[in-house]
Amino acid sequence: MNMMTSTSAADAQDDPHIRIENVSKVFHGGKKGDVEALRPVSLDIKRGEFVSVLGPSGCGKSTLLMLLSGLLSPSAGRISVDGRQIDGPNSNLGIVFQQDVLLDWRGALDNILLQEEIRGADMKKAESKAHDLLEMVSLTGFEDAFPRELSGGMRQRVSICRALLHEPPLLLMDEPFGALDAMTRDQLQIDLMRLCAKRDITVFFITHSISEAIFLSDRVVVMKPRPGRIEQILDIDLPRPRRLAMREDPQFIAYVRELTETFKSLGVFREEN
Amino acid sequence: MSAVPDQPHRDFGEMLRRVLTFVPPAFWTLVALVIFWQAIVTLRNIPEYILPAPSQIADEIGSYWHRLLPNALVTLSEIALGYTLAVVIAVPLAVSIVYSLLIQRAIYPLIVLSQTVPKVAVAPLLLTWFGYGMTPKIVIVIMMSFFPIVINSVMGLRATTPEMLYLAKSMGANGWQIFWKFRLPKALPSIFAGLRLATVLSVIGAIIAEFIGADSGLGYLILIAGANFDIARQFAAIIIITVIGMAFFGLISKLERILIPWREQTELSGEG
Repeated sequence: MNMMTSTSAADAQDDPHIRIENVSKVFHGGKKGDVEALRPVSLDIKRGEFVSVLGPSGCGKSTLLMLLSGLLSPSAGRISVDGRQIDGPNSNLGIVFQQDVLLDWRGALDNILLQEEIRGADMKKAESKAHDLLEMVSLTGFEDAFPRELSGGMRQRVSICRALLHEPPLLLMDEPFGALDAMTRDQLQIDLMRLCAKRDITVFFITHSISEAIFLSDRVVVMKPRPGRIEQILDIDLPRPRRLAMREDPQFIAYVRELTETFKSLGVFREEN
Repeated sequence: MSAVPDQPHRDFGEMLRRVLTFVPPAFWTLVALVIFWQAIVTLRNIPEYILPAPSQIADEIGSYWHRLLPNALVTLSEIALGYTLAVVIAVPLAVSIVYSLLIQRAIYPLIVLSQTVPKVAVAPLLLTWFGYGMTPKIVIVIMMSFFPIVINSVMGLRATTPEMLYLAKSMGANGWQIFWKFRLPKALPSIFAGLRLATVLSVIGAIIAEFIGADSGLGYLILIAGANFDIARQFAAIIIITVIGMAFFGLISKLERILIPWREQTELSGEG
């Protein structure tokens, strides 16, 4: 862990879990010269909050995720987690990408265990936790299956289990369900919410799907492209646990309409008339 | 299909079908070719000094065994030594090429460029330097098998995706862990593709080296038998060297299946 500059434990209660302050990112020296990926962005995220970032390609949402993980450092501004500034790869979190990034040579269980193996944790304990996670996503019996023997949805479930094994306070997800068919996607959204409800975890979730963002989130952050910046933040006031049927709820539909209008005004959607 | 159990000839047909499909079809093609060869030579009375029949070649292998075996061992040790040294040089070199930009830029292009030099043309030079013993043969085997191992290992070690590296870093993996737990296993299938290709090339290298100048080995035997118009003996040596090549290829493929159990069995390993 490479986090530094801690503040006193007393303010930590009131402080947001994650504080993004005027963070910007410029990529230097590309073919087209410097690229401004992110114009100064500020956002506070509460502990246990589920925040989705919604926006078209090039809006800087993946850059923001990389900055949160500490794998990229901001050109200006600061990001702090629990009051400590991130200035290097932050290993106190879980990441899920659009591709499952499972290792071909490990079975499902061993792929999940990799998380604690690298960290040098107690493997006995890790194994029992991994079995519990597999059970929660209905993959009991697939412990020894190699990734090539699993469907796309199963693979992504394994990769979510891997991200949660070490019980991180923060989960970063970069379009995790973008490559899955619509039905598998619905199931995984339900699985994800069940997994998150069991623990006090903050989720930063990137998606292209308006309804997915509303369905999962406490707040939806809308970003616009070139350069990336925040356009709108929408609170989603729907009861939990969320049910698939809520997608026909008038309140849900109102949220979809509002976000659709936002994207129309941004020129992301263009319709005749 | 409805089975008719009380019809014995039907059972026999089923048994025959099983026997024939138990062994891969390619084997039966080979059997058919050998029978055809035997029949042509026998029926048309083709003299042995032009084309010996398979049976005559088999006789030759049997009666000449006392000379074939020691020479086969010479060739085999040239192949084994050269191949092993090639692997020992090529894999660490590939690792250093992938990890060091300087080595990559200073050496990698030269390795690729050097492949345009025909190895056969260099062989007489090696003879001048190292004499008629085993050394020039081993050097040529190394030269032949080294290249595909380097290229494929480099490709394999580069196959690690950015996401895999992000993931590793998010787990706090150090460079050592990234190599052993991510890069190397990811590279194994590609490394083995190179190792398999190198087996074939190492056999070719040994025979070429023996053609250029040797006093033992199967290549040497082939050359001497050719000078004496002993076609059956040439075939005998060719068959032995082919068997060595196939066994070597099979050994590496077997090793690959043991070390890479997660991979679906592919092309050349067949279904048998």
